[in-house]
Formats: sequence, C-alpha cells, structure tokens
Amino acid sequence: MLTLETLVLQQDDFHLTAHWSVAPGDRVALLGPSGAGKSTLLMALAGFLPPTQGRILWQGADLAGILPGDRPLTILFQDQNLFPHLTLAQNLGLGLSPTLRLTPAQAAQIETALARVGLAGMGARKPGQLSGGQQGRAALARALLRARPVLLLDEPFAALGPALKAEMLDLLDEVATATGAAVLMVTHDPSDAKRFAGKTVLVADGVAQAPVTTAELFANPPQALKDYLG
Amino acid sequence: MASRAVPLSPAVGLSIAIAALILGSAVMVAARADSFALAPADWQAVRFTVLQASLSAAASALLAIPVARALFRRRFPLRGALIRLLAAPFVLPVVVAVMGLLTVFGRGGPINMALAPLGLPEVSIFGLHGVVLANVFFNMPLATRMLLHGWQSIPAERFRLAQSLGLPPSAQFRHLEAPMLRAQLPGIFAVILLICLASFAIALMLGGGPKASTLELAIYQSLRFEFDLGRAALLAAVQFTLCAAITLAAARLTLPQGFGAGLGRRIEMSAAAGWRCVLDVLAIAAAALFLFAPLLAVVIKGVPGLAALPNGLWPAVLRSVSVAVVSALLATSAALVLATGAARSKSRAIELAAMLPLAASSLVLGTGLFLMVRPFVTPETLALPITVLVNATLTLPYLFRLLLPEARQIEVDYGRLTKSLGLPHCTTLRFVILPRLARPLGYGAGLAAALSMGDLGVIALFAGDGGATLPLFVQHLIGAYRLQQAAAASLILVAISFALFWAFDRLGSRYADA
Repeated sequence: MLTLETLVLQQDDFHLTAHWSVAPGDRVALLGPSGAGKSTLLMALAGFLPPTQGRILWQGADLAGILPGDRPLTILFQDQNLFPHLTLAQNLGLGLSPTLRLTPAQAAQIETALARVGLAGMGARKPGQLSGGQQGRAALARALLRARPVLLLDEPFAALGPALKAEMLDLLDEVATATGAAVLMVTHDPSDAKRFAGKTVLVADGVAQAPVTTAELFANPPQALKDYLG
Repeated sequence: MASRAVPLSPAVGLSIAIAALILGSAVMVAARADSFALAPADWQAVRFTVLQASLSAAASALLAIPVARALFRRRFPLRGALIRLLAAPFVLPVVVAVMGLLTVFGRGGPINMALAPLGLPEVSIFGLHGVVLANVFFNMPLATRMLLHGWQSIPAERFRLAQSLGLPPSAQFRHLEAPMLRAQLPGIFAVILLICLASFAIALMLGGGPKASTLELAIYQSLRFEFDLGRAALLAAVQFTLCAAITLAAARLTLPQGFGAGLGRRIEMSAAAGWRCVLDVLAIAAAALFLFAPLLAVVIKGVPGLAALPNGLWPAVLRSVSVAVVSALLATSAALVLATGAARSKSRAIELAAMLPLAASSLVLGTGLFLMVRPFVTPETLALPITVLVNATLTLPYLFRLLLPEARQIEVDYGRLTKSLGLPHCTTLRFVILPRLARPLGYGAGLAAALSMGDLGVIALFAGDGGATLPLFVQHLIGAYRLQQAAAASLILVAISFALFWAFDRLGSRYADA
C-alpha cells in the first residue's frame, strides 16, 4: 500500500496537498489541468522532490531519504526513457543489473520481455531506429523486468496517435497485471482515464483529491472537473 | 547500496587537491620571498609584462574585428579550411612560431630584404615589438574565432529584418553588430591579456635584456642563473597576484566561446559590393599571409635540414611524447571528474576550483614546486613528472570548459533516468557519460596533448643537461644560431603535435560512433 499522509508540496508559488492511499493492483489516473501539479506529485513519489510537509509511506515505512532507484517503483517519464546510444537489450538490461553484467538467464529474460511487448528480435537495435510507439513498448518492457510494485507514468504516450495510444494502454494493463503493480498515470485526456483506470485522482486548485471510481466521477462531475472538461 | 552515499566525492577531493596545489604554490613563494620591496629591475619587469600583454591583447582583439567580419559575410573557396586553421595557432608550439617569425621578420628575412633597397631602416624582431608581434600571431586567430562566434550568435532573423527594412550597412552595424562587439570584446581582451601576462617562451626568445623581460622570464633567470631563490619567489608572488587579479576581474565578464568546433552555420548578411568587398578581401588576405608566411618559412628552411638531424633529437622526442601523453590523460581524467561533478552539484565550488589554474602560470607553479621538493631531492630528477603535473594543471580549465556544457546536458537529459534506475556511478560513467562525452573528451585530450607537446615553460626551470624536451631542444638550437637544424626539429615538433591532436580527436570520434 502506497500512502500519501497529509502531503504538502511547495515550490515558489506552487502548492499541492494530498492525503490518500493506493492499494496493490489499483489503476489510478491523475487528471487535471496543466500546471495543477500532476507531474510534480509523481516526481515527489519517485523521490526527485522532497515533501515540504507530510510523508510518503510504502507498507507503512517512510520513503524519505530513500534514493529514487531504491524506491519500490518504476517511473516512465514523458521522454528520454531510453539511452539513445545503447541498444534495446542494454537499455532493458539496466533494469535487471545496474552494472550491465548480465547472466545468460537474464539475457533470456530480456528477450522474453521484448517478445512480450511485440519487439521480438530487436534487442540489437538502438532507440533511434524505432518508432515512438516502439520506444514506449521498450520502456514498458523494462518496467516489466524491474517488476516493482508501483508503476508511475508521466504521460509517456502523450505524443502517440489515438489508436497507438489505446494499444499502449492495453499493453500497460498487461504489464501491470503481470507484475501485480499499482499504476498511477498522469494524463490530461479524460478518455485515457475512462479506458484504463478504475479510479481517478482529480488534481486541481492545489489539491490532489482522494481517488474515486472513474465512472462515478464522470457520472457526477464536481465543479473543478466540469471547468476542466469545459 | 549505502556505499553510494560517500560524503567526499572524487570531484570534491580533486577540487581540494587543485586548490592545494595552486594556493600552496602561491603561499610557498610568498613565504620564501626575502622582502616585499621590489627592486627597480623588478618594477621594470612588472611594467614590461603589463605593457606587452595590454598591447598584445588590444592589437589581437582590434585586428580580429575586420577579419572576423569579412569571414562572416563572405563566402569563398577554402573558407571553412581557413576558419579551421585559425584554431591551429592555439596548439602550435611557441618555438615553432618564433622560428617562423624570426625567418620572416629577422635579419636577412624577406621583410628586411624588401625594406633595404627602399632605403628604409632595418626592423628588429627583438624587444617589445617582437614580443607583441609573436603574441598577436598566437592570439589574433583566437580572437577572430571568438568574434566569429559572436557574429554567428546574432539571430539570422535580425539580419533579415534589417535587410527588409533596407538598413544601410552603417545602420546595420550600429544596431546589430556594435552591441555584440560591446558585449564580446571585454571578455576577449581579458582572456588574451591573461594568456599574454604569462608569456615566457616568447619573451625568452624574442625579449631578453633588462628592458624587455617579463616577470616569468625574470623568475626563470633569477632561479636558473642567479640562484636567487628569494627574488624568484618574490617575482612569482607578484606574477600570481597579477594573474589572480585579472582572473577575478574577468570572471565578472561573460567569457566568450571559441575553443570548440562547429562554425559552419550559415546566416544571411548583405555582403555589400564595391570598396567594402575590397576591404574584406584585404583583411582576409592579410590575416592569411600573416599566419601562413612564418609557417611556410619554417617548412622551406627546415626540409633540407631533415637530412642531417642534430644529435639528441630523438631522446628529446621520446621525453616530449611521454610528457604529452601522460599529462593529456591526467588532465582529461581530471576534467571529466570535475565536469561531471560540477554538473551534478548545485554549488559553484567545483567550477571555481577547475578554473583556478587560470590564475597560476607555468613558472609560478614551477617555482612553488621547486621550493617544495628542493629540501628532499635534486629538482632535476623530478623534471619530467613536474612538467607533466604543471602541464596537466594548466590545461585543465580549457578542458573543463569544453566538457561542462555537455556534462550538464547529460545531467538534464538522463540524470533522472539514471537515478530512477538506481545506476551506480561506475555504470553511469561507463554506459552513459563516456559514450556521450567521447567526442569532446577526445578533442580535449588532443588539445591537451598538443599543448603539452609544445610547451616550453616549467621544463626550462627544471631540465638538467641532456634532459630537455623537444621544444627546449629547439630553443637551444635557436640560441646557438643553428637555425636550419632548429627549423628541421621544429618541423618534427609540429608534425608530432598535430599527429597527437589528430590521434586523440579521432579516438574520441571512433568511440562515439561505435
């Protein structure tokens, strides 16, 4: 269980509070206008921004002071998720062995993960030789290998077309199911939330609201969501 | 995993070591100085040092303006090659350039041959104007490249706007180019002033005598010939204070760029015809002639001498190449550690430490180290290790500035990803930083190797009989008026310098492309 306990994030004139939990296996969309602090919240969870007040807890233990790489989570950024000068196999390998000394078993694992996201046999390619969708798949394959209990996504598929994005969300669902991970996904597209996430966190006016069932939220939208949807 | 939280990072440790070396040398010389009263001869050295440096910096910067402007707005065959060659004097060994200037401007050279029939007096290359001439030879191309950078940094849209409004060239100059020059020239002047304040080899060969002696030369003479440690230490303290003051003043200015590569961008600028075109052609032709004539002279004089090379040349070559390679590796590794450390750190302390050697000079560090090691060993026995250390330290600021922007970019692009994957430092270095930095690292190592190969500074202070590096060997030949042999040895020196530069640069590109 990931818990945000009276969390306050503050940067200059930016201010965001959150006080809620996410259970294992949850699919949560973070929805809200740009500048509301969706990505900032994700950065705090990933360990790039210390909370101003409050705590972030994993299974009851405070995550403060734990380095990003040692936290029980994997994050996919908006871009730069792959090193352009390394091959796909090496990029994935970094998720298994930070020193890239891979055993034959790990190499086989990488090949399996690539096949699972539809990139079978492409381990020797570099990211520049792939399409945007394929790069997203490779990043998901690494998340699969890391198999951390929480998966954070900062709109990594925002640049993809609708059909491709739907495909990626299905793949994301597969990956999360396979690893049993809870997913927190930032999006500005309500259809992403409806399609993928059982729950939605509305981020607006300085507050990240507690997650509520997505269908209910859209059936009975609060004022902030109405304003956002326009 | 906890081992990653080391309190003393390598970059911080290295910063402290550099600060200790530079400031330690400064303290060492200040403590050893007999008194702080400067003798009249010392004042003369201070005055000459400042005078030659100011004149050289002003002349280099002013002469560079028409050349850079002409290069910016004209397109002609070999333009790219000429711009690339403007970078060459920066790594050209001083002895070679002086050899060339002596051949062209010296007694019996083409200039005096041309003046004699006209009844004009003979020009002498020795003394103040010789020193300034040599300094301009080295620094005018540097200033030209920096200014060219400045012109290219003016957005193309501005020139297009100026053209669409039909601004005449004078108005275009006033509104677009003059503001750029006002912003760039002080920094360019400061950089060149700093380089010229530390001129030793040029003064050693073209200056000399009590009237034309720089502080660096005076340090060398009092240490090497008068064995006056107290005076040498005092002069070194003065030299350090002078350079440190200018470095501090320059730190407030935005220092221009121009050491790096990449000057191919095309920007539209109305290339006026008529007399302006004639002026541009003259500026480019004069600059090219000024740069190539001395080099050509060395080739013409040196090639016949290659058949009978002087004794002792090859051991000197071996010593020089070893010094160059080791100090290049040392300087590049140090710059890499500092640049990646500075890119990660929020404080500017590491950056400051990396730039600190700018305040030191070869002879100041040399004197400091001389005083430090003398109680324990004969300084001569440590001539090569000390030369390696001093050369590496003095090239560090250039390499650091070369690497820092790229290291910062890597941190911006991939810093979060490497942290979120929890990569240890060694993995980040091997799989992220080295591949991305290979090109500037190779280029920087080449620069450091060539600079070290051609360096004639601290080695002159320490070398015993038969311990000379190649530049010192050439200088001895010039001093003995064995000019043909000196020219031949110069050719070998240049060839090795550029071969080293090329090899390291190539190595970096190969690694980056792999």
